Amino acid sequence: MIELTINNIKVKAEEGMTILEAAKTVGISVPTLCHLKDLNPTGACRICVVEVEGFKNLIPSCAYPVSEGMVVDTNSNRVRRSRKTIVELLVENHPQDCLICVRNKNCELQDLSERYSVREHRFAGESKNHAIDISSASLERDPAKCILCGRCVRICNEVQKVGAIDFVNRGFSSIVTTPYNKGLNVSDCILCGQCIIVCPTAALREKSSLKIVTNTLASKTKYAVVQIAPAVRASLGEEYNMPAGTDVTGKLVSGLRRLGFKKVFDTNFAADLTIMEEATELIHRVQKNENLPLFTSCCPGWVKYAEGKHPEILDNISTCKSPHEMEGAVLKSYYARKMGLKPEDIFVVSIMPCTVKKYESARSELSKDSIPDVDAVITTRELVRLFNMAGVDFTDLPDDEFDNPLGESTGAAAIFGTSGGVMEAALRSAVFLITGKNSDNIEYTEIRGNRDIKESTLKIGDLELNVAVVNGIGNVETMIKKINSGEKKYHFIEVMACPGGCINGGGQPIHQKTENVIKRVKALYEIDRLATSRRSHENEAVKTIYKEYFEEPGSHLAHEILHTEYFDRSR
Amino acid sequence: MNTNVLEKFPQNDRSALIPLLQEIQENYGYLPEEVLQQAADHVGMPLCTVYGVATFYNQFRLIPLGENVIRVCRGTACHVKSSANILFALETALNIKAGQTTRDKLFSLEVVSCIGACSIAPVISVNDEYFGRLAVKDIDKIVKKYSARKVSVSTANENQES
Repeated sequence: MIELTINNIKVKAEEGMTILEAAKTVGISVPTLCHLKDLNPTGACRICVVEVEGFKNLIPSCAYPVSEGMVVDTNSNRVRRSRKTIVELLVENHPQDCLICVRNKNCELQDLSERYSVREHRFAGESKNHAIDISSASLERDPAKCILCGRCVRICNEVQKVGAIDFVNRGFSSIVTTPYNKGLNVSDCILCGQCIIVCPTAALREKSSLKIVTNTLASKTKYAVVQIAPAVRASLGEEYNMPAGTDVTGKLVSGLRRLGFKKVFDTNFAADLTIMEEATELIHRVQKNENLPLFTSCCPGWVKYAEGKHPEILDNISTCKSPHEMEGAVLKSYYARKMGLKPEDIFVVSIMPCTVKKYESARSELSKDSIPDVDAVITTRELVRLFNMAGVDFTDLPDDEFDNPLGESTGAAAIFGTSGGVMEAALRSAVFLITGKNSDNIEYTEIRGNRDIKESTLKIGDLELNVAVVNGIGNVETMIKKINSGEKKYHFIEVMACPGGCINGGGQPIHQKTENVIKRVKALYEIDRLATSRRSHENEAVKTIYKEYFEEPGSHLAHEILHTEYFDRSR
Repeated sequence: MNTNVLEKFPQNDRSALIPLLQEIQENYGYLPEEVLQQAADHVGMPLCTVYGVATFYNQFRLIPLGENVIRVCRGTACHVKSSANILFALETALNIKAGQTTRDKLFSLEVVSCIGACSIAPVISVNDEYFGRLAVKDIDKIVKKYSARKVSVSTANENQES
């Protein structure tokens, strides 16, 4: 333990802690911009500077370790003036359009400007004037709003290890962009949106689909229905100042009804359906011993990554559509026929914690007769805007139930939203599909949690299934190396592009608190724990749909409607 | 031939990047896009990072140099002698900015820190020729002198074709 003084408060800190971390332990907040928890500090933005006795210059607290007897002042006049100057310089080279900005009131630059009372334009000079990149189906890149903190670059290169963007040029013409400043649509970007989550301003944001959704809701001819991903219900409350991890399913359903959606369905239903198809696929492949290991296909970010970088393993990826695409496909086939609706009249909106889903819904193979399975995808953040626009007071909404039959789900589907969840749900049903009996074990704790790669071995009769969960696309290369080394034969591997799974997706509410993500995960496991049925094959609506329509998992019709194909898109 | 260039450097070694880029530029005269991609794969870095390095350093060029390279000295002595005006006059005459190449690939315009000919400031060099004690009015003449050559070549070609 090291003793030091910060703002006249005696602080005990562990060796190796930075001044920033030590200050936090006694409730002193030091502003940061380039700092990203758990990654090496860069000390680039200088907003976290503090005064340390015996040092001539100000010290960046995010990058400087504490030492015995150190005397730190985080709030001296000199510190405040210096921080204010930094903010003023950043503000002056930033578009002054807060009123019409998507990140208005949720912008770190705006907060800092307020915190240091920037009230005048002290530096008038040249300002950046870069074009907005709207080329991709999911993300928009607005380099004029970029303050060059580098957080997106580090999340893309160090955490996700995708390496789509980096600093280019130098000095005043520095810009964060793709190689040759090409559009994101032709870059290595997998559109996961983790860069949006860490961006302090609106330099990175999702491509909005609100216009088409509001127009459709107003249309008399279209039959607008909506579905909600598992992860959305555990995070939306944060946007309304509810404690992180509040389950707002009931309010969400009634809120969406008030927006004018004819029916409100649950993507969880399709998650159960996915498990039936995917577990059947797994069993077939294990029996035939071909195309193993089987990779999950729920995450379109992972699919896009594999198509771009590992075309050799495309045969190993499950042919199942992702759950929300399955839900859309079922709505436009089985449900349309049942209700006497024309598929082209149904407009399916998916509310997703994800930005890649926007791109996914535009893939031409995920459509039938040029009618897309899902017509529009909006993120959790966009839904908040939709509610606000319609004057829906979310906190006071009553609880409501999903419409049936595509609204019924089990606990196994709820945990799809977190890393390891798809695997756990699949294992619960695989045991039943192989042996015809449920296992006693229902919680597979060894594949839960926040480790990079989680492994487990499951014994079903004399069959030994080796499964693994890849938590974040940044770990997938390690996994592929492991498979290629042949040290262990894997059967089934789940990959989620976002660290933590969909619950921490690129479309989720923006904040810089990892503890919130942990609480959201807890909420999903709680929904599962309290569910009356916790195994996908026990979903009555799923049983019915097989009886009435698909006959059995993996049938010809099921393949036509619930499965898809992948293409080599490597350069 | 570029595989030979790559083979000189160890694979998956980030520290080999800059010498590798220098070697490529030595060979091609600039850094072609597809070779930059191969270089990135060779050192095991994303293309965007390699591109970032290539754009950070003034020594690297991403487009081939023009037939004639004009270097404008912006060192202290030349600055005092108004080399900024010389640069501006060249940019206007060629209709490009410093660091760019004209569309007809005839001229590239570069800014250098000091040519070492301070006694005749302000000074520019065109290829291996030096022009000192310049005034803005001299620029047109110099540009014309070098554009003349290319025009004769290209008209000769056109005549042959027709």
